[in-house]
Amino acid sequence: MSTETAQVEEVKKPTEALLSKRRKKLVSDPLVDDNPITIQVLGICSALAVTTQMQPTLVMAISVIFVIVMANLTISLLRNTIPSRVRIIVQLAVVATLVTLVNEVLKAFAYDMYKELSVFVGLIITNCIVMGRLEAFALGNKPYDAILDGFGSALGYSWIILAVAFFRELLGSGSVFGVQVYDGISGLFGGEFSLATNGLMVSPVGAFIILGLIIWVQRTKTGYVEH
Amino acid sequence: MELFNLAIRSIFIDNMVFAYFLGMCSFLAVSKKVSTALGLGAAVIFVLTVTVPVNWLLNEYVLKEGALTWAGATFATIDLSFLRFIMFIAIIAAMVQLVEMVVEKFAPALYGALGIFLPLIAVNCAILGGSLFMAQRDYTLAESAVYGFGSGTGFFLAIIALAAIREKLKYSNVPNGLKGLGITMLITGLMGIAFMSFMGIDL
Repeated sequence: MSTETAQVEEVKKPTEALLSKRRKKLVSDPLVDDNPITIQVLGICSALAVTTQMQPTLVMAISVIFVIVMANLTISLLRNTIPSRVRIIVQLAVVATLVTLVNEVLKAFAYDMYKELSVFVGLIITNCIVMGRLEAFALGNKPYDAILDGFGSALGYSWIILAVAFFRELLGSGSVFGVQVYDGISGLFGGEFSLATNGLMVSPVGAFIILGLIIWVQRTKTGYVEH
Repeated sequence: MELFNLAIRSIFIDNMVFAYFLGMCSFLAVSKKVSTALGLGAAVIFVLTVTVPVNWLLNEYVLKEGALTWAGATFATIDLSFLRFIMFIAIIAAMVQLVEMVVEKFAPALYGALGIFLPLIAVNCAILGGSLFMAQRDYTLAESAVYGFGSGTGFFLAIIALAAIREKLKYSNVPNGLKGLGITMLITGLMGIAFMSFMGIDL
């Protein structure tokens, strides 16, 4: 919130290895211990909206990885030239440009996916993870570190939304990546019984409950307790 | 009557939070106390009611294909809709700033109540989502104003209901891993089931 954010003194380590321990931590921390969704509670909106099927979720995850990494890189390169008073607007402009790029690419090469994701690609702009990483990391760190940090956070986000989508698609539609699993299983037993799909999982309610349960499991494992 | 139906639909059936997951971040972060939830909810209604019609004007007269016809025949074929995201977010950021200054000048009491929530709203997905849905569904100006107000009200109701539950929740014995976000997600899911009953309404 002050000028300091933009001008944090960097640690000078000219001979640091390309993948030193510290840098590996940048990528691995957000995967479990400091996960953006389950621990930091950021970026929930899109995490839930697109997860009825795995395919759109994967597209969404890739888009978010691209946007976060590129935005982190851009802001990190510009960090010494952005006046801190207008930094939010600058960040929004950079992110909005990248999202527009993603949107146009999807429109051109994957029109069905574009229709399915509808406004949620645009809503990456207001995904708190993106803004959060820009504010907390890219403004005060070198480009390469910023890329790693963005990549780590985006991966942490991706595996959670893919996990949510896996359960929602499996239980809600009986399939994984569009491949019918339930039919296959009942086929194995000569079609004597059929597994019932649960419509609740396809509805928004399923998303809340699945994510709630994933958070429970994940936090029990990491031992994180919110007060 | 059409407009009234749209208002009911956007408040209850297509509720921002329970049907589209918009504004979840602030929905979860600012719902610990009813009083703060009231402030944020009011600010969201206010900003949505203002930004959706303004973005409608922008979309209709600048961005849409053929929207620039008023500027001359040579502009009639220009389609600027790819600029939608960047223009909408710019308008939202600017409107939030403007609304903040106007409220501070003419209604200091309200400004005190809304306080820090106004600037936060610029990055609330519900606001941008409202404008994007408006553009996607081809509303008219009146419809977009009603839609903005209705979806804001839907968010308002949802966040106050959740905050009220969470205040009571403080006295319950929740498993460690579920404390905070986990139990809140489950409660939101249950509230979503309650809101699903509105889907039966045929408008």
